Amino acid sequence: MSVLVNKDSKIIVQGFTGSEGTFHATQMLEYGTNVVGGVTPGKGGQEHLGRPIFNTVDEAVKSTGADVSVIFVPPAFASDAIMEAANAGIKVIITITEGIPTADMIKVKEYLKDFDCRMVGPNCPGVITPGEAKVGIMPGFIHKKGGVGIVSRSGTLTYEAVDQVTKAGLGQSTCIGIGGDPIIGTTTKDAVQLLMEDPDTDGIIMIGEIGGSMEADAANWIKENGTKPVVGFIAGQTAPKGRRMGHAGAIIGGSDDTAAAKMKIMRDCGITVVDSPAMLGTAMAEALKK
Amino acid sequence: MNLHEYQGKAILKSFGVRIQNGIVADTVDEAVEAAKKLTEETKTPMWVIKAQIHAGGRGKGGGVKLAKTMDDVRTIAGNILGMQLVTHQTGPVGKKVNKILVAEDVYYPGEHEPDEYYMSVLLNRQTGRNIIMYTTEGGMDIEQVAADTPELIFKEEVDPKVGLQAFQARKIAFNLGLSGKAMKEMVKFVSALYTAYVATDASLFEINPVLKTSDDKILAVDSKVAVDDNAIFRHKDIAEMRDITEEDPAEVEAGKYNLNFVKLDGNVGCMVNGAGLAMATMDIIKLSGGDPANFLDVGGTANAETVEAGFRIILKDPNVKAILINIFGGIVRCDRVAQGVVDAYKSIGNINIPVIVRLQGTNAEEGKELIDASGLKVFSAITLEEAAALVKEVVE
Repeated sequence: MSVLVNKDSKIIVQGFTGSEGTFHATQMLEYGTNVVGGVTPGKGGQEHLGRPIFNTVDEAVKSTGADVSVIFVPPAFASDAIMEAANAGIKVIITITEGIPTADMIKVKEYLKDFDCRMVGPNCPGVITPGEAKVGIMPGFIHKKGGVGIVSRSGTLTYEAVDQVTKAGLGQSTCIGIGGDPIIGTTTKDAVQLLMEDPDTDGIIMIGEIGGSMEADAANWIKENGTKPVVGFIAGQTAPKGRRMGHAGAIIGGSDDTAAAKMKIMRDCGITVVDSPAMLGTAMAEALKK
Repeated sequence: MNLHEYQGKAILKSFGVRIQNGIVADTVDEAVEAAKKLTEETKTPMWVIKAQIHAGGRGKGGGVKLAKTMDDVRTIAGNILGMQLVTHQTGPVGKKVNKILVAEDVYYPGEHEPDEYYMSVLLNRQTGRNIIMYTTEGGMDIEQVAADTPELIFKEEVDPKVGLQAFQARKIAFNLGLSGKAMKEMVKFVSALYTAYVATDASLFEINPVLKTSDDKILAVDSKVAVDDNAIFRHKDIAEMRDITEEDPAEVEAGKYNLNFVKLDGNVGCMVNGAGLAMATMDIIKLSGGDPANFLDVGGTANAETVEAGFRIILKDPNVKAILINIFGGIVRCDRVAQGVVDAYKSIGNINIPVIVRLQGTNAEEGKELIDASGLKVFSAITLEEAAALVKEVVE
């Protein structure tokens, strides 16, 4: 099973021939991901990395039956690329691009409501189902197939969790990088829900950070609907108020979106919250033993 | 990116939002000239001298004063220019005032009592839509209003498909208790304000206070404008408004190397790839008994040059007693980061404080070997737990 992507996913790469697209598509192919083609307007009909290039996502879908797209298009054009993917019938749109203007994402979010699709990101490392499909920029080799689902707003902190889980002798079902921007397609709650309903996932690691209310929303959902152990961590316990910590979404606005407030809500909802990010793997292993 | 009051007001005016007029000045003589010119243009008999810094609470800090005579203008401008203005948003050191705004007096007596409101436009992250937030409690700290009388704060959400509608602007005006000419003025004000917000790719417009004058005009007495950093590329005119004297010099320097740096007050510096891991590393420093001296994300393309730049920036802070480098190599190769550390030691010379290097992920072993073979006094770690233990040891 797993969620969002698997070995049967037919994946296209938007921004296929650019330097980012080329580098990561190569890595994805080496991992064994089923990349069926790519889109670069104006280069349709050619081949790249042994896969066909299409001018439009529509052509790519009609020709290959693609159902997943991963987007490496530069920020100024990324919102257009996302809407094109939705319009062409792509079901899972994974947007890696960092730095998309918020106003563009407001439009995208509204546009996507009319389509039966899910967007992950933007500004995220992507989604990986170990041993089946790596759709994004994460280092494949740290992953191992297993039963822990991971949801995170951060890239390298997700890798940290993955590595700890692997070293604890466990593996991952699917790891979902939801992204660090203020407007994202798949929220913490959405991702947790997908993993909670996935029979291959035994436990969930949920990594959040300061800013917004997504972790609280997810925690409240877990309290009502949770059936599997959840381990959580919130980055930014030491972040000062009102300063943007790298991610555009990581800024403390009020008293509810501090790390301490979020950790408290998560604990109150029955989540095992670790103070140190070095304890994610061991805490998950402990929780699964119970 | 944050703008000064005078810059924000210039933008508002260009979109037809009525503002309290003013002229910016760098010197006392310019301030006097500005006052004279302003009186010719607006007939104002008095002037408000306002310090231009990127922080709120300027009035309470002594950065906003009323000048009743030209001599007052000279004295007040002289006092405020160059002062170290401390407000609840500047920190204890305050900010040096390099510019002042000489503004017209808009609280003149007339038919009605002037009244103040609060209005802001910003993103509602929960719905992914812009909202206009407003209250009759103008001129006060909005956080305070939210805490004391949340029922007095109204929110109007804008549907991105159609934009702000006239009925919404009317609703806002009526909710603020306005009628007649003031109501019509407010409808125009709100519509123009929202148009300006969208057209400039702003992430925040905060007008506090919005004033109803004694003759029922609605105008912006102050403006706090922040523009979405991700959208600056399509606003060259706004990009030119950036005032780097308002920013921390170390943060400006870091920006030149595409490093994301935020200065903090602690004693342990850190250098990390990725914003989330950087925040988590700061947390680890705290849990190990230290205090983070900074946030530093070297990004996805860390190499020898950026690592060296990061070192130099962290070392400028005399409070830093140790440095923790935490790299999880994905795209970034750990051996390159390690080489950067070795190079930085050679070219910077005397690094007399302990440095802990934790490399994990792509080529981590090669990186560790490079560090170990260099003979440098660097503590190396593989797991986050080991790194935390080393920080603890060093801090103690």
